[in-house]
Amino acid sequence: MNMDVQTLTFIFVGVTFFIYIGIAIWSRAGTTDDFYVAGGGVPPLANGMATAADWMSAASFISMAGIISFVGLDGAVYLMGWTGGYVLLALLLAPYLRKFGKYTVPDFVGDRYYSDFARLVAVVCVLFVSFTYVAGQMRGVGIVFSRFLEVEINTGVYIGMGIVFFYAVLGGMKGITYTQVAQYCVLIFAFLIPAIFISMLMTGNPVPQMGFGSTLTDGSNIYLLDKLDQLSVELGFGAYTAGNKSTIDIFFITAALMVGTAGLPHVIVRFFTVPKVRDARISAGYALVFIAILYTTAPALASFARVNLINTVNNAEYKTTPPWFKNWEDTNLIAWVDKNKDGKIQYSSGNAFTGKPIFLDARGSEGERTISNSINTNSNELYIDRDIMVLANPEIADLPDWVIALVAAGGLAAALSTAAGLLLVISTSISHDLLKKILLKNITDKQELVFARLSAAIAIVIAGYFGIHPPGFVAQVVAFAFGLAASSFFPVILMGIFSKRMNKEGAIFGMITGLAFTASYIIFFKFINPSFNSSENWWFGISPEGIGTLGMLFNFLVAWLVSRGTAPPPQEIKDMVDDIRIPQGAGASYHHLKNL
Amino acid sequence: MSNSHSPQAKAYWKENIRLVLSLLTIWFLVSFGMAILFVDVLDEFRFFGFKFGFWMAQQGSIYCFVVLIFVYVYRMNKLDHKYEVDEDQDQFTADEAYYKNPESEK
Repeated sequence: MNMDVQTLTFIFVGVTFFIYIGIAIWSRAGTTDDFYVAGGGVPPLANGMATAADWMSAASFISMAGIISFVGLDGAVYLMGWTGGYVLLALLLAPYLRKFGKYTVPDFVGDRYYSDFARLVAVVCVLFVSFTYVAGQMRGVGIVFSRFLEVEINTGVYIGMGIVFFYAVLGGMKGITYTQVAQYCVLIFAFLIPAIFISMLMTGNPVPQMGFGSTLTDGSNIYLLDKLDQLSVELGFGAYTAGNKSTIDIFFITAALMVGTAGLPHVIVRFFTVPKVRDARISAGYALVFIAILYTTAPALASFARVNLINTVNNAEYKTTPPWFKNWEDTNLIAWVDKNKDGKIQYSSGNAFTGKPIFLDARGSEGERTISNSINTNSNELYIDRDIMVLANPEIADLPDWVIALVAAGGLAAALSTAAGLLLVISTSISHDLLKKILLKNITDKQELVFARLSAAIAIVIAGYFGIHPPGFVAQVVAFAFGLAASSFFPVILMGIFSKRMNKEGAIFGMITGLAFTASYIIFFKFINPSFNSSENWWFGISPEGIGTLGMLFNFLVAWLVSRGTAPPPQEIKDMVDDIRIPQGAGASYHHLKNL
Repeated sequence: MSNSHSPQAKAYWKENIRLVLSLLTIWFLVSFGMAILFVDVLDEFRFFGFKFGFWMAQQGSIYCFVVLIFVYVYRMNKLDHKYEVDEDQDQFTADEAYYKNPESEK
């Protein structure tokens, strides 16, 4: 039997979609409790896997290794930032939020600070952070569909929307949880298989984490990373294992990503789904193990891909480049301008031309696609979108077709699982936090469930719209999502647990200060005055990506000052804080909740 | 049995804070310390085919994070047990209360 990549991809994607739908039918939600927190009965190991799939998005699966591949050591901000946050989550937030035992982050903020205004601020942040994220996932779905299944991006997004609609609206958190378990298995398998293959081919070591610290099998007997440093320096990029960013900026970005991770509502809500406080702790541990499997493989893959890419394209004749090169060129993600008219691809540091490629209909003398961008005077002739590194890697390394098909299914699993988790958070914050808790306090459980499904459906349509008409600012607003989570939720939740003196005034002023500061810094440098966005103009050399850390510190400071000058919280709030500090009674608080 | 206001609960909380602070100190040292502030110093040392600072930044720190959470889980479970605030203490009574409540039978 000899099937081409496309047929195989159809089969892999079809089979995985079939599994997701089957799970959705099997795990339908019957009550709001099922819909919001899967009935609070998810086993910790399953919750760990679901959390990992929830967390690892199209960005982790498709983009991260690509980014590391191009920035080398500095890529560690993502690796540490997106894993170190789980330590904060496990030690400082998850067990206590589980003991608190309700459905959402705004629930905690509203109850702990006895204020619907605080709840409303939290709802607005949740919606903003989650929509920002969903837009990115839908773009991921679009990329995979258009490249591997050769359907229109729009058709791809419609199919993705249909699948998510089915299991999120029908199954709620229960459906999402068990689909995410399946999606984790698909995505981790799809990420590891090519990495193991490539590690074997390049270094002879089947463990990628060790492979990129081994010597090359090409007979040169030098370490892979030394070879990579040497190649990078020759092409003018600077050593791969040395950083380009300033230490203070790396410090602040890493901190913002860590704290932001711990404050992301779709991750936090997963810890409401386990039966006990003890389960919340251990499932954070499991989640990090499952995440670390991908996150320690990604930097290995990044360095393999970099070596392979340089060796394959630099000084290669365009006419004889392998098919993947032309395929990705057709998807607008690779462009080549033959500046010195030698028919060969010269690859070095610097941008070959200004901005993203704008393709013309005409072909050049070598058969390449021509572009209308203004050409820069440097010697680099190649534009490569970083997003293609993971997807193209198996092709670059010449792996079998089924591996390529598997990677496509994995990319979809990563994007869909995260999209579903986010959509659930969006629908919960509308039906529960906004309607049930603030606007329509008298609705029954059944009505609330209808509203929850309705808002999930509407959220999917909006997310789909973003997928088809991707706003140009998606990449910029990711900094926003983490900055806002870091400067608003994390401090407010942390103080709510660890300070009994913290009151509603302190929390509200703190949140608003953190948010306003972080948002205005990012808006100024990213939207109002982008030409000003360079390290000389930044405060203390902190880029907009890292400013959430400073926003968080301001939040803490303002909250502390304001709370000292205003009345302490009422006794029942202090009792509540005492109560969430000990695990005992979490089961009871859950059963109590069920009867509400 | 203890309740959330007892001196025992206070002592439990104190020990909890001490444990969390010591684990977070390690968390800070391996990530912000070794992999960011002192990465250049550690890069002077080799660790297999890696510069050590680079390895800490892209591999080692992540392994440390995983270990930290599991140490925390293990120590907290012991601490819960020592102060008798663990959920084994209330499982029976809570479930019993639940099943005795006629409203809860759906």
